[in-house]
Amino acid sequence: MAKYEAPKLSSDDGLVDVPKLKPDATKGPGPFIARPEFQKALGFPSDIEKDEEGKWSLIPNWKEAALEKLNELRGKYRSLQLYLDICVKCGACADKCHYYLGSGDPKNMPVARQDLLRNVYRRYFTFSGKYFPKLVGATELTEEVVDDWYNYYHQCSQCRRCSVYCPYGIDTAEVSMAAREILNHIGRGQKYSTEIIGKVHKVGNNLGLPQAALADTLEGLEEDIEEETGVAVKLPLDVKGADILLVTPSADFFAEPHVDGLIGYAKVLHELGESWTLSSYASEGANFGLFIGSYDSMRDIALRIRQAAIDLGVKRIVFGECGHAWRVAYSFLNTLAGPFEFLDQKYPIPQHMLELTWPALRDGKLNIDKSRNDDMTLTFHDSCNVARGSNMGDKEGGQFDFPRGVIKAVCNNFVEMPKGTTKDETFCCGAGGGILTDDLMDIRIKGAQPRMQALKHVADNHGVTHMAAICAICKSQFSKTLPYFGFEMDQIVSVHQLVSNAIVLTGQVDDD
Amino acid sequence: MALEVNGVAVELDEEGYLMELEDWTPEVAKTFAAEDDIELSEEHWDIINFLREYYEEYQIAPAVRVLTKAVGKRLGKEKGNSKYLYSLFPFGPGKQACKYAGLPKPTGCV
Repeated sequence: MAKYEAPKLSSDDGLVDVPKLKPDATKGPGPFIARPEFQKALGFPSDIEKDEEGKWSLIPNWKEAALEKLNELRGKYRSLQLYLDICVKCGACADKCHYYLGSGDPKNMPVARQDLLRNVYRRYFTFSGKYFPKLVGATELTEEVVDDWYNYYHQCSQCRRCSVYCPYGIDTAEVSMAAREILNHIGRGQKYSTEIIGKVHKVGNNLGLPQAALADTLEGLEEDIEEETGVAVKLPLDVKGADILLVTPSADFFAEPHVDGLIGYAKVLHELGESWTLSSYASEGANFGLFIGSYDSMRDIALRIRQAAIDLGVKRIVFGECGHAWRVAYSFLNTLAGPFEFLDQKYPIPQHMLELTWPALRDGKLNIDKSRNDDMTLTFHDSCNVARGSNMGDKEGGQFDFPRGVIKAVCNNFVEMPKGTTKDETFCCGAGGGILTDDLMDIRIKGAQPRMQALKHVADNHGVTHMAAICAICKSQFSKTLPYFGFEMDQIVSVHQLVSNAIVLTGQVDDD
Repeated sequence: MALEVNGVAVELDEEGYLMELEDWTPEVAKTFAAEDDIELSEEHWDIINFLREYYEEYQIAPAVRVLTKAVGKRLGKEKGNSKYLYSLFPFGPGKQACKYAGLPKPTGCV
């Protein structure tokens, strides 16, 4: 564990007190900047150079390019134009951001972070800003402003909690995405996200996991399941003519506790007798194009899923536990890669894995022994993009009810975290939206504080031992940050891992 | 960034991983470990060698589950788990062991 100072937690009410202002508390260089080769791979300008101190230059005509891009984006997205104009500085969002609560840096108040872009917009695109800049807080676009953009727009996880409280419904995430898209075009791409998107374009997933390695990994998991249960549960790859294409984050193949969730999907699909397959061409659910505000990248990634569905001849597309995958799938897939007239129209397009598992559990189609999870008392962390950008089933609030329904159907012990930290008011794990990178560890720990405080409350007062989640980023973020707050790394679990523990497969023989 | 190995500079990326895989030698692993105050034991080398073999075959580091299983098979079941790997590589077997083995850092939601 590297050394970072974690905020102190208290278990009183599970809520973080609004901190005193600490100007410039998290001022800094921001995350690693994308090298020219990563920029180039996504079609972004790449004529930047490193000076002797290791600082990257901007592209030669960066100022014109930035303003041109801002102008283009406000024309393309009417929402952005509206958000830039409409804020009345009421302050409702000021204390709602996990990064502000964890850092105290006033530029992490959502309104102030938005203003970094809004003030430049005013200066160059509004009458009052052009002629009376000081009166309206309009600012010149300078390299210092760009540095602030790069730093603070990478201290926003685009989780949209602040938007829930905004009386005008300003979507901070869209402002951050626009800022990052401008940065992409002036030589300030983020290494983490651009390198990863490049791998999806080349190999098919964020990890760069080639087909052979994926096949080997899945084969190993099949062996493990059979050894444990005596049942030959398959994890099919690239099977033509299967009914369901399962698209899941590649972390499900690679990391813990994600892989236990993958095993859970496989067991459920097996038990329901579904014919399904994974695809090596579209072996990634998470769409990082969203993070960097690049419509083109987002579309290219979504089109791989369409192509895989066509090539394999499937009838349905189902998504695994991945918050940003489900956000993009639920909200944008049809626009990005539709229409899906070739899929079976009797099923939702696309569908979430929980939309298979929950009805099956509810209707008693799966044999469950809840006592197999009795060593745990669970709580549920709503992932931001699922909670505030999607739904499940056909009733409002399904995205909250489906995972809870599943957990309660497979576990005897469940406790909610305090009101104000769950459902549409949930706190981001602290690493969504492109923040899950080691070079932002300090900000990740600060951003995790509100969730950790809520967890500590239920751990100390209600005996909660584990927190379940349905997003690969949440799971990775918590495995890394839990130890900084006095918890163990394995106290974060996958929802389908709980299903996997409790399900008794037809013909299952337990070895104990 | 560069790593000095026996007086020769080896180029590293922003995060301290080897820029070129071909630059790896056992001395590179030892130098990385020394920076973390770790002296490489036979147990460390078992993992590093497995990672390098796996990478050669599949062009990617093995998944955690693949690694723990392989370790369990080679070194005994009691060692086939993440806890054992973390005891050797406290910064995380995936990332720290990959670095010592000269492999690129695993990317994505991991």
